[in-house]
Amino acid sequence: MKQPDIRSARLRRTFERCSNEGRSALVGYLTAGDPDIATSLELLQTLAGQVDILEIGMPFSDPMADGPVIQAASERALEAGTHIGDVFALTRRVRDAHPDLGIVLMGYANVPYAMGFDAFAEKAKACGADGVLMVDIPPEEGGICDDALAGQGLDRILLLSPTSPEERIRLVCENATGFIYYVSLTGITGADMGDMDDIRARVERIKSLGRLPVCVGFGIKTPEQAARVAAFADGVVVGSHFVSQIAHAANACEMRDCMSSSAEQMRRAVAAAT
Amino acid sequence: MSTSRPDVLHLQSDIAYSLPIGHMPDAGGHFGRFGGRFAAETLMRPLKEIEDAFFEAWNDPAFHAERLDLLKNYVGRATPLYHARRLSEENGGARIWLKREDLNHTGAHKINNTIGQGLLARRMGKKKVLAETGAGQHGVATATVAALFGMQCDIYMGREDVERQMPNVLRMRLLGANVIPVDSGTATLKDAVNEALRNWVASCEDTFYIFGTAAGPHPFPLMVRQFHTVIGQEARAQIIEQAGRLPDAVVACVGGGSNAMGMLHPFRDDEVRLVAVEAAGHGLDSGEHAASLAAGKPGILHGNLTYLLEDDEGQIQGTHSISAGLDYPGVGPELAFMLEEGRLQLDAATDDEALQALQLLTRTEGIIPALESSHALAAGLRIARDMNPDQIVVINLSGRGDKDMNTVFRHLGWMEDAS
Repeated sequence: MKQPDIRSARLRRTFERCSNEGRSALVGYLTAGDPDIATSLELLQTLAGQVDILEIGMPFSDPMADGPVIQAASERALEAGTHIGDVFALTRRVRDAHPDLGIVLMGYANVPYAMGFDAFAEKAKACGADGVLMVDIPPEEGGICDDALAGQGLDRILLLSPTSPEERIRLVCENATGFIYYVSLTGITGADMGDMDDIRARVERIKSLGRLPVCVGFGIKTPEQAARVAAFADGVVVGSHFVSQIAHAANACEMRDCMSSSAEQMRRAVAAAT
Repeated sequence: MSTSRPDVLHLQSDIAYSLPIGHMPDAGGHFGRFGGRFAAETLMRPLKEIEDAFFEAWNDPAFHAERLDLLKNYVGRATPLYHARRLSEENGGARIWLKREDLNHTGAHKINNTIGQGLLARRMGKKKVLAETGAGQHGVATATVAALFGMQCDIYMGREDVERQMPNVLRMRLLGANVIPVDSGTATLKDAVNEALRNWVASCEDTFYIFGTAAGPHPFPLMVRQFHTVIGQEARAQIIEQAGRLPDAVVACVGGGSNAMGMLHPFRDDEVRLVAVEAAGHGLDSGEHAASLAAGKPGILHGNLTYLLEDDEGQIQGTHSISAGLDYPGVGPELAFMLEEGRLQLDAATDDEALQALQLLTRTEGIIPALESSHALAAGLRIARDMNPDQIVVINLSGRGDKDMNTVFRHLGWMEDAS
């Protein structure tokens, strides 16, 4: 059996540091270029200052696995003229300002496929990303991208869900690197969370089968939920909740303030959880 | 009665339906480099469950007995293969036969597949079905089967299609289906697929997704093809009976590829030209068309790797066709494979050519075809003109034109242009 590991030294150190501090990592998501490139940079920098790992979404015309909040973010970003080159440039700026931050590029297969996975992996590495999460490339289809990502030392983060049977949990544990993203409900991003005891049992089962950290996301909207998940997960992923600050705010200044305060609440909740 | 599966079943005495599955994809659903299962983790188990149920059912004679009984006594199969003499004479060149899928119950080929998948859904104990639809033909066929089997039914349809295909929307409602307009993206078929997938993710425990075309994640391209091969199997037997030989060319229109795979696949190992006709909209050079094979490039969308219409960075582009059923930026992966293999001849028809073909068939034969089928007709007529009267062209008339009358009347200037 292939030994699972963390290719990125930065992601490894991030999980070690959090573990030493006796807490979960806080993972935040924003779509690059939302609502426009300049504001997006400010928002990404704001969130980067509060989280341990930042997931930077690559906007796509057909975000099939996302709910209305992140769909709208993708549409705003594309309407604002965000290209994949802008995603790399934004990532580079965030990396320069936050040398220890874990950064994961997240999105759908077709944008990297159109560029070619070798070129994509090279650019992702060059802009300072540590890992890549492509929602619609399960381990069975990994042949099209795995070597390119491994060649650049990028982690290939994979998902597991409540519908994943035992053999798929094993398959994902054997093929994922960096961390495993446990989708806590059988729905799309931004829907309501599933039953907490069930989530906990599943996360413990995944951890018993592999050696990778397990981060839990999809549906975490409040600091209380974040704290409950932080009690057993290695990382707590907050996505739609942060993205929704953009839609609700009246202007860039208000967006930044809302982002900062909601991220700080989440950070405190995760840090205080035991 | 023997428990082993027979290789053929008869629906009527002169047509034998062959059951062995030819040209299988690999275990992961790949046709060469195309196809596969590029799906979110949450869908991997439900897709595997459908795959297992499909193969189990396909090997069960009782499944086929019920399926073929419904196709005969409920759908009205076998559909005729009709020698269009006046059309052939008017057009010149080869003799033209039409496969009359427009005479199926609900007015198009789509019901072949929804009967199959509906039976599978019932076999798996699912209480609800959902589906996407473009022109509304697949939505109507799904709603029909849901009514027949007493299942709840949700149909996702782009807002733009809801407005231009209102008669079908109302038919679905009458059949008891819940029609949900989709406003995201371009508000057409691709967005309806996105929304159907999102809702299936959240409901797959009790809900079966009746996918409408020979695309999507494995096993849909294979399964949809298999449920539609009755079209080509009948046509093949019928042309041999009527003309004494195989045709020179078989022609079908392509949106996602359900009627094309059903019609063309049974001729794949014959020395017959297989022609797939895409929607050229305002012309392939106009940028306003839906010709994924002719003008697209390989990419990943809706669970499979196939030819897509997209920009340089992989963002999916909006499409245009006068026919809502062809208005899709992708195509079934097996058609992409057959094209690269050199087994498929590609053709295209513009909006105007389809409209002209529709009128010609209507006036010479008294048959009003769907706008989708009119694309196959336009290209088939062109191909036939370059042949001699000893030669034979079979065209798949995938649906009837009633649903398109408002569109046609507007283009002919007989009605106010609503748009």
